[in-house]
Amino acid sequence: MTAAITAEQVWTALAAVPDPEIPVVSVTDMGMVREVSVDGGGRVTVTFTPTFSGCPALHVIRDSIGEAVRALGAAEVEVRSTLTPPWTTDWIGEDARERLRQYGIAPPSPAGDTGLITLDPELTRCPRCGSFNVRMTGSFGPTLCKRLYVCDACKEPFEGFKSV
Amino acid sequence: MTAPQTHAPTLTPELRAALIQKLTALADDEIVLAHRDSEWTGHAPILEEDIALANIAQDELGHATLFLELRRELDGSDADRLAFFRDAPDYRCARLVELPRGDWALTMLRQFLFDAYEALWLDAAQASTYAPLAQVAAKAVREEKFHLQHSALWVERLALGTEESRRRIQNALVTLWPHVAQLFVPLPEEAALVSAGLVPDLGAVRARWDGVVLRHLTDKCGLTLPEMPGEGDTTAGREVHTAHLPALLAEMQAVARAHPTAEVW
Repeated sequence: MTAAITAEQVWTALAAVPDPEIPVVSVTDMGMVREVSVDGGGRVTVTFTPTFSGCPALHVIRDSIGEAVRALGAAEVEVRSTLTPPWTTDWIGEDARERLRQYGIAPPSPAGDTGLITLDPELTRCPRCGSFNVRMTGSFGPTLCKRLYVCDACKEPFEGFKSV
Repeated sequence: MTAPQTHAPTLTPELRAALIQKLTALADDEIVLAHRDSEWTGHAPILEEDIALANIAQDELGHATLFLELRRELDGSDADRLAFFRDAPDYRCARLVELPRGDWALTMLRQFLFDAYEALWLDAAQASTYAPLAQVAAKAVREEKFHLQHSALWVERLALGTEESRRRIQNALVTLWPHVAQLFVPLPEEAALVSAGLVPDLGAVRARWDGVVLRHLTDKCGLTLPEMPGEGDTTAGREVHTAHLPALLAEMQAVARAHPTAEVW
């Protein structure tokens, strides 16, 4: 049954596909879905971009995208990935940043064009009390996209998004 | 990792063969260094560093996957077959990354020396006339930046820390220094790739590397660069390895070779 699925329906469906490592945001919130196209025969093509090239959740994301589109009744689904342009945290939407903060993860600061050998990490504020009086305790965190911090104002340990 | 969307641009057979060799060497450096880093999992001095090094190893493997995917587009080879079913004589990694992990100082200093080389190579490779490689470089360089920040800070911390940490990092420098120059030795057919603008000139990468690394080691960290006769360990090519590589591969490849038909890992 090919009752004309629209690209808009696909985008809406993908907005409900969670990021497998940070389920409070979706793959569209993260800016990972780059393109959706539907041809006359009801064939859907979704192009996504990986956040980090070594991300172990890539195949989960690929499968979840395929499932979500098939659930709409698409005749055929192709999930492609692309590296260009490279993913940046600047693509994470405003409301998703707020949800990250409420979840206890400091959202990323603007990526900009930092030099290759900047030893100072980007400015980060505590997601709990908002203080900038924070210390980075680990420049790598439990997932590739995050670092570990402690807030010296409210004493809360927290994770912060790397700015990429 | 992905279905290719970019058809490999037309290359002459010579350039194609040279590019396959170069991509293999790039990937092999990453695979072997990632394995050395992963040996610290569960053994690093503190939990945060255990996590950090596991992350770095994962990134380097991710970069190896990107390079081997480019190779697959050229010759249809399979990344897992290349990683797990080649013996040491067929590996093209540099000897620097084969050396045993040593102590924490050696691990961090090697990572710093290599990260700086990789970051600067990737930065330059963003201008490759071979679009798929330029894209991969643009992706990977953004990740490499975090490795470099991390390892540079550790080198500084150890150099300016205690007498013991300083002794260890200086010893690590003496051990590793003779192996550094090999990173900047082109493969036999690499000159043609450079002329065609496909890959960066290693001499130019070296010049930038010297600026970043020597300044950090000496000015910032107060370390003494070892005297190095000539250009160090550069006479043998990448087909020549230390005695450490076969042992590393034996461990890394054991599971894959015990179950060569496994489809799910």
